[in-house]
Amino acid sequence: MSATETTAKPQVPLIYNPKVRGIAYQVLLCGLIAFLAWGAISNAIDNLSRAKVASGFDFWDTTAGFDISQTLIAYTNTSSYGRAFWVGLLNTLLVASLGIVFATILGFTIGIARLSKNWLVAHMAAGYVETIRNIPLLLQLLFWYNAVLKALPELRDSLVLWGGVFLNNRGLFLPHPVFKAGASAALIALVLGLVAAFAFRFWARQRQMRTGQPAPVLWVALFFVVLLPLAVFALSGFPVEFDYPQKGRFNIGGGMEILPEFVALLFGLVIYTAAFIAEVVRAGILAVAKGQTEAAYSLGLRSGPTLRLVVIPQAMRVILPPLTSQYLNLTKNSTLAVAVGYPDLVQIFAGTVLNQTGQAVEVIAVTMAVYLTISLITSGLMNLYNSRTALVER
Amino acid sequence: MKRVVIRIALAAVLGIAAVSAASAQTLNTIKQRGVLNCGSNGSLAGFGLPDAQGRWTGLDVDFCRALAAAIFNDPNKVKFIPLTAQQRFTALQSGDVDVLARNTTWTSSRDTSLGLNFVGVNYYDGQGFMVRKSLKINSALELNEASVCVQQGTTTELNLADYFRANKMKLKTVNFATSDEAVKAYDSGRCDAYTTDASGLAGERLRLANANDHIILPEIISKEPLGPVVRHGDDQWLDVVKWVHFAMINAEELGVNKGNVDDQLKSADPDVRRLLGTEGKHGEALGLTNDWAFRVIKHVGNYGEIFERNVGQGSPLKISRGLNALWNKGGLQFAPPIR
Repeated sequence: MSATETTAKPQVPLIYNPKVRGIAYQVLLCGLIAFLAWGAISNAIDNLSRAKVASGFDFWDTTAGFDISQTLIAYTNTSSYGRAFWVGLLNTLLVASLGIVFATILGFTIGIARLSKNWLVAHMAAGYVETIRNIPLLLQLLFWYNAVLKALPELRDSLVLWGGVFLNNRGLFLPHPVFKAGASAALIALVLGLVAAFAFRFWARQRQMRTGQPAPVLWVALFFVVLLPLAVFALSGFPVEFDYPQKGRFNIGGGMEILPEFVALLFGLVIYTAAFIAEVVRAGILAVAKGQTEAAYSLGLRSGPTLRLVVIPQAMRVILPPLTSQYLNLTKNSTLAVAVGYPDLVQIFAGTVLNQTGQAVEVIAVTMAVYLTISLITSGLMNLYNSRTALVER
Repeated sequence: MKRVVIRIALAAVLGIAAVSAASAQTLNTIKQRGVLNCGSNGSLAGFGLPDAQGRWTGLDVDFCRALAAAIFNDPNKVKFIPLTAQQRFTALQSGDVDVLARNTTWTSSRDTSLGLNFVGVNYYDGQGFMVRKSLKINSALELNEASVCVQQGTTTELNLADYFRANKMKLKTVNFATSDEAVKAYDSGRCDAYTTDASGLAGERLRLANANDHIILPEIISKEPLGPVVRHGDDQWLDVVKWVHFAMINAEELGVNKGNVDDQLKSADPDVRRLLGTEGKHGEALGLTNDWAFRVIKHVGNYGEIFERNVGQGSPLKISRGLNALWNKGGLQFAPPIR
């Protein structure tokens, strides 16, 4: 420290230096939190070992011994607890991702419908939102589960829909497609079609920027993605067979099975979350200044393109952050699967596995970490998208 | 301000530690608290179920009343805490309940790696199946490819998978968190069969919309010794719970019941005198009073009485004693002597 500085700044005792104090407090706080965490963890370990409760993750590789009704990966009752964890996780991801897709579609439709100039449409949408979002989700799930179960016929009187599709209170049974050699050509055509469609969209954008001429992107994309693979599929002689469901003594065997528990949970989550998304969408659209619409109309755009090209892109900036919260809510709400017997992560892992192993601390910690990870990834992706659509201020 | 925060934080950490230190003296804690916390089944007729007036009834419920009678001379000083199959062990491990009397099957892994001690067997049971009569099947071996509703987190769930695997049958299981939900789903036709302990089937069948449309299949596919459970690490409390159980069985064997227990105080039979505390200091050795067993029988009754009242001929379940008869009457209930 030089002499000039001491004259410029009056000598303050270290204890009164605001900077030193600030750092000291932060160090103290961090230390305290670390001490509390250490205390809680060591205390838990100490108590577990004193009570002779097994701890650690040795159970992960031991045989689970129970069955699961819906498995996306191979699983039998001789598989390990670790395998059961993955089965549960995949089931959670399945219902959450499908739920997010359908809730978004339904939510946007209803949100826009609520702003419709048609009195009936607008009021029906309003009625939907107000009814659904004011009833607890758990009750709705129980309603859907019991409504789905009770309304469907018994196995014996299964509804036989077209082409060997059975519907009864055990679920929906569909023919399972089994692709034979030669089907790969159609798959390659599909991939090429997708690439071509994207390339065309890119070209059309560029051209519209340059000349203002729009191109029929939708129709061209449909041609590449749908017609082209279908044509290739037909040319190679329809190389597919169907494994049809067969009525057995008790159940329907073969084919693909969609469980009523899954349907009930998906319905409940989609319909509930869509009501909230509808409000988010409505708020977003109303946040776009009226002048924007009027300007678009005055340029001669019709109401469809106005909504699609002018209003929605601006509304998205308002919609995205609360929409992310709704996606996270849907994922977390999927834990209510327990109430309707759908084998999600909580039901299998934090339910059965916890109970069979008795290792509550480890199992709950893993489950919480998984939901935290899923939520962080979801919000990370949405934030990424948000930062791309956000207004770039110059 | 900061100092206050630190003080609270320290208190919190030390507080957690203090709770764990107290766990070794369950009996004293209960005496000081003035009430026994009993983990019960809240929805199983015959074992643990509150009636319309909110009064708890059942074999396991009466066991907790007997414990309270032995400790407080008052069978009503019990707080019944309804627990699902999933919650029960955590509730006991964490000290939320002092004893778990909730038709819980004694298995080696529960006895060891869960940090629990099984006290004895107050009901010898086995797992069975209930199906609709209209299915026209007479044996569980005809259940290939059937859908079965089951409560998760139970030995039932594991036995079910084992049984189907051992008999090379295909199983479609539907698991529910509570037995109520599983039974409701079975009743609505979601499953062909419902499975749980045979005693539970008898109780659940009576609660179905039309009990006569359902039958219980003859196969018993497992051993289910059900009994009260306590935490590891408190031998005194383990002894108390164990001997209250034995006292009720010994009382039945010696012919001491609720009605005649006052007269039996004058009995000359040394076994009866030791049981009722007119001879010896067996109660004090347990940390109770010497008339502990007298209190149990006076307020609650002997094992045979609580059996008949809750699950036997005096109840809607009408289950016969079977394996649960005394050892000298062809059953398995046997208690070491009090001496």
